[in-house]
Amino acid sequence: MIVAGCDVGSLTSKAVVMRDGRIIGRAVIKSKAKPWESAESVMQMALAPAGLGLNDVCYCVGTGYGRDKIPFVHETVSEIGCHGKGARWLVPSVRTVIDIGGQDCKAMRLDKDGNIEKFIANDKCASGTGRFLEVMAKALGVGLGELGDLSARAKHPVTLANACTVWAQADVIRHLHDGVPVEDIVAGINNAMAARTATLVRNIGAEPDVCMTGGVAKNGGVLASLERLLSLRLKRIRREDPQITGAIGAALFAAEHANGGHR
Amino acid sequence: MIVAGCDVGSLTAKAVLMNDGTIIGSGITCTGPVPEASANAAMQLALDQAGVTLDAIAHCVGTGYGRRKITFGDTVESEIACHARGAVWQVASVRSVIDIGGQDAKAIRLDERGNVVQYQYNDKCAAGTGRFLEVIADALGIELDALGPLAEQATEHLTLSNQCVVFAETEILSLVNEGKETADIVRAMHQAVARRVVAMARSIGVAGDVAMTGGVAKNSGMFEALREALGMPLVQVPQPQLNGAIGAALVAADAAGRGARESVAAHA
Repeated sequence: MIVAGCDVGSLTSKAVVMRDGRIIGRAVIKSKAKPWESAESVMQMALAPAGLGLNDVCYCVGTGYGRDKIPFVHETVSEIGCHGKGARWLVPSVRTVIDIGGQDCKAMRLDKDGNIEKFIANDKCASGTGRFLEVMAKALGVGLGELGDLSARAKHPVTLANACTVWAQADVIRHLHDGVPVEDIVAGINNAMAARTATLVRNIGAEPDVCMTGGVAKNGGVLASLERLLSLRLKRIRREDPQITGAIGAALFAAEHANGGHR
Repeated sequence: MIVAGCDVGSLTAKAVLMNDGTIIGSGITCTGPVPEASANAAMQLALDQAGVTLDAIAHCVGTGYGRRKITFGDTVESEIACHARGAVWQVASVRSVIDIGGQDAKAIRLDERGNVVQYQYNDKCAAGTGRFLEVIADALGIELDALGPLAEQATEHLTLSNQCVVFAETEILSLVNEGKETADIVRAMHQAVARRVVAMARSIGVAGDVAMTGGVAKNSGMFEALREALGMPLVQVPQPQLNGAIGAALVAADAAGRGARESVAAHA
């Protein structure tokens, strides 16, 4: 039986196709102006390599910011639910999940059965969300994907004076004009990002194992800084791209619900 | 006796010269990369207007973000204290001041002599500061000075759902794409800033006549939005942008008066 999950985020859209509990297709694209266009493109990209089409999918669950605008889904599930589900599938021992999205940041605690016990989200302020990194990468003229590697080469990380994205951007530009090496500025950016994330996580209390999902989980600089701030090791997601965790969770819900079983 | 106040803010530097309680000269310049030079330029404008030189000043008080960089200042005073003093001097009935600056916002409660009773300050978040207006004006390709007149032409009521400047900018661009009128968007932006500032002002319980000071007060759209959000009368002071520098000059007059009395006492 083929099921699918589709996670339409503000910045990227992700799709996962599963057959009998195994992932057989996956795709990540930059979100388009219309959520339904994002959903259709990313789903086709995930299906095509396996030689499948949308008609072969017997159940599909939508999640993410644009989940209510996806035409082909059978049902929608919250991002919190899907990230919790996906994270637990990837890291069975996980009890705390930190998901940094394109314009929000969430932290959730799972009980030993994987049910969501507690969660907290910030979607009011760009600081501590993917948007913060996006704005800074653009100001520096580097790719979002380069931030992790760049900060690893930092010798004297700068300290950004203010958490607000607007003020931090001005600070970054000032450092650039002062001739501070880009690596040192990037390390300061990753540290600021981690500091904001740590504040959110402390609010619900980090219980091990802790893992990070979403695209920012690929930024080693943020991960390392967050580990220092929380004084714990983060479980790395290596089985799959951490960015597709929500889509995996959606596909897992699809598999359960396709059988008519609402566990 | 001539005294001076100089207010070096993040966007503009202001200078005021006073002689026995009357303003005899003032100057406003844009703050360049060197605050010392901006302060000098503003003071020179004020001196030229008054037809005096720096030597004539008995005491000069610096205030604002760049107050420690002023080379000709005798002492410094906080912006909060200067805005309180300035506002009550400009309009005697004022008991609360809302000052929206380029990079911060303040709400101050004061007594009838201009002493600060309580205040609240935001310099952590760009929402609710003048920067919000700058960012959005820039995104819309509008001059800052044009915002007020544009807001007056608004007809459709729009509400921004985002407070964060970064998120609001995206929201505004999507409103533009939806074909919404710029005037309506501009009014909604002023209201968003006003909501944020009023929430801060309420936390200290603004009371009595409220004055809006700072350069942003010259923007009629912002003034109107703030008046609406406050739900209480908002007083227009004659010189909103010079208010901090006026307050600084008044503090300078006190200091100069004390100095004069002390030297008389020493000679007696």
